[in-house]
Amino acid sequence: MSQSILFLAHVDESGTALPKAAFEAFGAAVDAARQLGGTLTIGLVGESVQDAANTVAANGVRILGVCGPDFAQPRYASDAAAVEAICREVSPQIVLAPATSRFLRVMAGLAHRLEGSVDTHITSLEVFDGVLTAKRWFYRQRLEASIQREARPWILALDSGCHETWNGAPATAEVKMISVPLPAEAKRTTFNGVRVPTTGAQTIRPDAKLLFVTGAGWCKKQADGQAHLPEAEKIILEFLRYSGASLGGSKSLVDQSGENEAVLGFMTHLNQVGQTGATPRHPKGLSTCCHGEEPHVVGWRFINERRAINLDPNCGWARGKADVLYVADAFQVVAKLNLLLAAKANAKEPALSLP
Amino acid sequence: MSNAYHIVVCAGIVPDPLQTLEPITTATGPALKNEMMLPAVLDPWASHALYEAANLAAHAAGSKVWLVSAAPKAKLQQVMMNVAQKASFELVPIDAPASGFADAHAVAGLLATAIQSIAGLDRSRLLVFGGWESASRGAGVTMQLVAEQLGILDQFQGVDQLALQPDGSFEVLERIEGGRHMVSTCQGPPALLGWATGNLPEPRNNPQIGMVNMRGIMPALQKTKSTALPHDAVRYLSVAPPKQQRQTRIVKDRPADEIAAELLEWIVQE
Repeated sequence: MSQSILFLAHVDESGTALPKAAFEAFGAAVDAARQLGGTLTIGLVGESVQDAANTVAANGVRILGVCGPDFAQPRYASDAAAVEAICREVSPQIVLAPATSRFLRVMAGLAHRLEGSVDTHITSLEVFDGVLTAKRWFYRQRLEASIQREARPWILALDSGCHETWNGAPATAEVKMISVPLPAEAKRTTFNGVRVPTTGAQTIRPDAKLLFVTGAGWCKKQADGQAHLPEAEKIILEFLRYSGASLGGSKSLVDQSGENEAVLGFMTHLNQVGQTGATPRHPKGLSTCCHGEEPHVVGWRFINERRAINLDPNCGWARGKADVLYVADAFQVVAKLNLLLAAKANAKEPALSLP
Repeated sequence: MSNAYHIVVCAGIVPDPLQTLEPITTATGPALKNEMMLPAVLDPWASHALYEAANLAAHAAGSKVWLVSAAPKAKLQQVMMNVAQKASFELVPIDAPASGFADAHAVAGLLATAIQSIAGLDRSRLLVFGGWESASRGAGVTMQLVAEQLGILDQFQGVDQLALQPDGSFEVLERIEGGRHMVSTCQGPPALLGWATGNLPEPRNNPQIGMVNMRGIMPALQKTKSTALPHDAVRYLSVAPPKQQRQTRIVKDRPADEIAAELLEWIVQE
């Protein structure tokens, strides 16, 4: 019997397009449907889904939509009702969705309502002997497992950066709309907007090629017996500006702000990378003034090329965690690097893309 | 309007992050080698949820905090020795495995049942707190499943801030992509909040709070009965630590200029 595979996505903040992660998850869904010999259906949620549907219509699959003002913004109750309605229309065995913040909020609830199972942060899908197999990490990226489930529907939220983006040409989609009336209790929460941290500069850039991680050493006393916070802030912000890197911080550095110690003004918990922080995906990572112990390094699991600057030649980075460890003073090295990056920017080298 | 809350915090225990984890295969599926010997801590994000709950209760007279935790009784008792000094709460223990390999659906069922069994819990004042993801399974699904079983339709994940409003509603900041927050307003309880780090530092140990808490914790632990979790919901084909060990090139005694030049070349390289 042919398996029914449902790909779910939501319209992004532009209101007309799908998020990048959705095209990656859609690529995985197309592959899975082909390998399983299944029938693929697309389900979309948003205020208006037609433009977004056109971007995936070239695949020629059936498209369902739930749209209207109630579904314009993320909200658990309305999003759960929307994806539940689509699933009840399709009765899929497998549901694939991008692991966006909006969908991660509702996929477990959807599984409960459908009496199915859910797994999130899936990093790859494979088919072994006709059986869908998913890979994901446990214990904060310290153990990787391959899993299968018999329960259906099996709902899987796929992490971004783990599959090739689907890039078919747009076409005019024929979308079957599903009406989802919302009761009053589903509208108790209202969306007020999006707020960026008031740190004066954008420091988190998910699409950056480089992750720049700062450790607590930037706030410690230096060789002259004094801490140099203003200098540290200037060096780090200059580096971010010239390199276009995304800023991460170790827990110890980020925690200092909560403990009223001297801190880097632009550093928040949102920057935290590691065991209790984010595990971002960037092609390259540069660590500075961070010891590279296991809790730090689990946040680097998806950083391909890793370099570190640390004064301690026996730090964690030296023990197979980084490709290159520079035993040096990060204040000096990054300041020099800023001069070189500035000169390169002034020379308008095409290889360097400034933010 | 009364702003007193009944706050239920769901928090598991996990191996101390500094421990090296080695997977083994048992008759009931994958597990960690010497799991019962590994030092454990309260799950980090759930810990933040507990601190936020205690802070909220302190600012809303008449509020009460319960801590529902599913973990092996002996390990939970060890962890409570420290956690009990951080915030006032009543422990609702569930003697069950704390493994990250356990199925979230089964764990959520235990937690929801335990919450429903709390005597005197007022659903109209109920706020269910937890971490937005555990440091063991890391799926971020257990709390949603609990809320669904409790019939709670207002759910928030990756919460960094909860601000009470005079009319009884509250504003919630949830983490979204790009290091930003989504701002929502909820009319009031019941609601579920899966916390990220929030804004509060870890409270200092207060032995007096600890002694008061332990008077309730020890009898609760003694009374709790062992519960098994089903182990056939997920089929694990393999569980392994990452194999990649890098050959680190250590660069010493080089001037900052040279290191900067080498880094520049690396950064701009496609």
